[in-house]
Amino acid sequence: MFRKPAFWCAVALLAYLGTSGVAMGYEFPIDDPYASTIIGTPSAYKADLSGKVPIKEHWLLVFPDRKVPDYLWYARKAGYLTAFQSHKAPLIFAIAGTGGSHKTSKLVNLVRTFYKAGFHVITVASPTFPNFVVSASTSSIPGHPVEDAQDLYRVMKMIWEKYREKVEVSEFYLTGYSLGGMNSAFVSKLDEDEKAFNFKKVLMINPPVSLFTSVNLLDGMLEPVLTRPGGFGAFFDTMMERLGKYYKDHDKVTFNEDFLYSVYTERDPPDEDMGILIGVSFRISSVNMVISSDLMTNRGFIIPKNSEVHATDSLTEYSKVAGGTTFTNYFDEYVLPYFKEKRPEVTREDLLYELSLKSIEPYLATSKKISMFTNADDLILGPGDVDFLVKTFGQRALIYPLGGHCGNMDHKDVVAHMVSVFKGQEVEK
Amino acid sequence: MRENTLPHHLIQILLSGLLLLAVVGCSANHIRPSDGGEPAQRPVSEYVKEGTEYWVDEYDPWEGFNRPMYLFNAKFDEYVFIPVVKGYRFIFPGFLRKGISNIFSNFGELENFVNSVLQLKPVAAGKTLGRFGVNSTVGVAGFFDVATDWGIYEQDEDFGQTLGRYGVGPGPYLVLPIAGPSTLRDATGSAVDLVTYNAIVEQIGAVETWREDPAREYGTTAAKAISRRDEIEFRYYQTGSPFEYELVRKLYLAKRKLDVTK
Repeated sequence: MFRKPAFWCAVALLAYLGTSGVAMGYEFPIDDPYASTIIGTPSAYKADLSGKVPIKEHWLLVFPDRKVPDYLWYARKAGYLTAFQSHKAPLIFAIAGTGGSHKTSKLVNLVRTFYKAGFHVITVASPTFPNFVVSASTSSIPGHPVEDAQDLYRVMKMIWEKYREKVEVSEFYLTGYSLGGMNSAFVSKLDEDEKAFNFKKVLMINPPVSLFTSVNLLDGMLEPVLTRPGGFGAFFDTMMERLGKYYKDHDKVTFNEDFLYSVYTERDPPDEDMGILIGVSFRISSVNMVISSDLMTNRGFIIPKNSEVHATDSLTEYSKVAGGTTFTNYFDEYVLPYFKEKRPEVTREDLLYELSLKSIEPYLATSKKISMFTNADDLILGPGDVDFLVKTFGQRALIYPLGGHCGNMDHKDVVAHMVSVFKGQEVEK
Repeated sequence: MRENTLPHHLIQILLSGLLLLAVVGCSANHIRPSDGGEPAQRPVSEYVKEGTEYWVDEYDPWEGFNRPMYLFNAKFDEYVFIPVVKGYRFIFPGFLRKGISNIFSNFGELENFVNSVLQLKPVAAGKTLGRFGVNSTVGVAGFFDVATDWGIYEQDEDFGQTLGRYGVGPGPYLVLPIAGPSTLRDATGSAVDLVTYNAIVEQIGAVETWREDPAREYGTTAAKAISRRDEIEFRYYQTGSPFEYELVRKLYLAKRKLDVTK
């Protein structure tokens, strides 16, 4: 299955990087990063995450005096998951990726992984998750890693306050995937001064290097569909038609990784189509975030200022405007003016720099407690990003050759690696 | 035929619901730029092309009824349905809940059979008959779904799909009380399925004594509803999307389209 150019690019890249941070003996069956990002890990390669885990869901009122528009009535509280051991153990906080809730399947799998390995686990949503925007973000304008870290840190402290008498914790660890990986680094840096947790270990999973680069890559994937006749509506109908044919030919269809993998191997869909699916999923997250934010701030970006929006009103027309809004639009027309009001001297370039790991490079380079792993074919990394990660983290970086963006998080080798990072065992390379 | 059986009640509720639809103003309150005075930075008037069909658009002339009903269902879920389901989960272990669900599905084979026949699908009808035979006997009155283990899968058919197969479109989107997303066609289909089921069961006469007591029948219907809710992962307003109503509508209609073409 080595027919994809992406695979050879990965090989070339790995040859260039040398073997220091490269996972050896690792096998992943999908060599197309678009496919692995969508499909995930086929069951034959998955870690066994079954078994009883006492996962509980809770809700936290972060700002008791906050006024929330009637339309967003359901988002007044921030959700989180807990899974506690009955004995003393380290506690791991896990942060979701872009648009992810506190109980997205990737987080639930992390909870299962770490609980089974003997840790307490608490999950929190991404600051870009609408519910977090409404209930837990100070400005309700997500995207700036330093401000997001402050919001996350506040929530984590409030959660821990509820359990400090009940749960025995030896030390605190921190992790997150995708944007949550980037968030972890900034939360860890904040914790260096406040030391509410004094994190001993931090693991960044598939983080972006520059948020702006990553979201532009994702926005770019959606672009081809806009020039096709019928736009996204026609694309969706075609996809459903194909699914319908598959549905008709097969007596029983269970919608899981193995189903998607079989569709992929049978049909070999073009990267452009798979890219559109990834781009759409990102755009939907982005629409949710932008509209929730706009309703909260009353800045009149897409929803007119001072609109009284009741729970049963229709905002469908505004979803269409948001659907055509790229991250660059959001940044230039909404985020930038907000920061200009706060810090008149700030330039666009300053902010773009602040939205990247490069702004805390010295901290990352010297903090031995932080490690990271990603994939050489991760779709959200731009040119030179893997290089930057390897240079910055050195021995604390592990690069898997394949897996796309977070497509291998359930892979047995990857799960074993995550556990070994927190167990403090020698990291296998 | 007795007058006060539950199915008749259900139909009454359904009909009065539809009547209600006709009475209440049916167009949703679309927030317009003029409502707020100053137009937005990215105004709808400039960024949404008039006359263009967007992905999110669906035929939903009763939106003004549907949205409040969606909200009602969410509240009903939160305060009644889900607490009851939690109690059900607490009392009954997983295998028992699966068995109960299987028994209801086994009774549902009648609906699958009738509609497979109506759609002239002999293979599906045969499989359904086979499933009913195997599960009712080897599967101990339907408690175990042995047929699925043997590779004879459920052929999910209902009268809404039958209508669809003969060219009846879905009609307006309709959010039913408690049952949730539907369309005029599918809601009508469910009512027809219910009437058919009762007519056949009464014809057979096998359960006549069981149905003497209305309490038993209400109990059965409630138990079925709880068992079904237990199996559906969906929780209202948990997607976090401010457009959950639109997304659920889109997915429901797409799924039904697939069901009809299958």
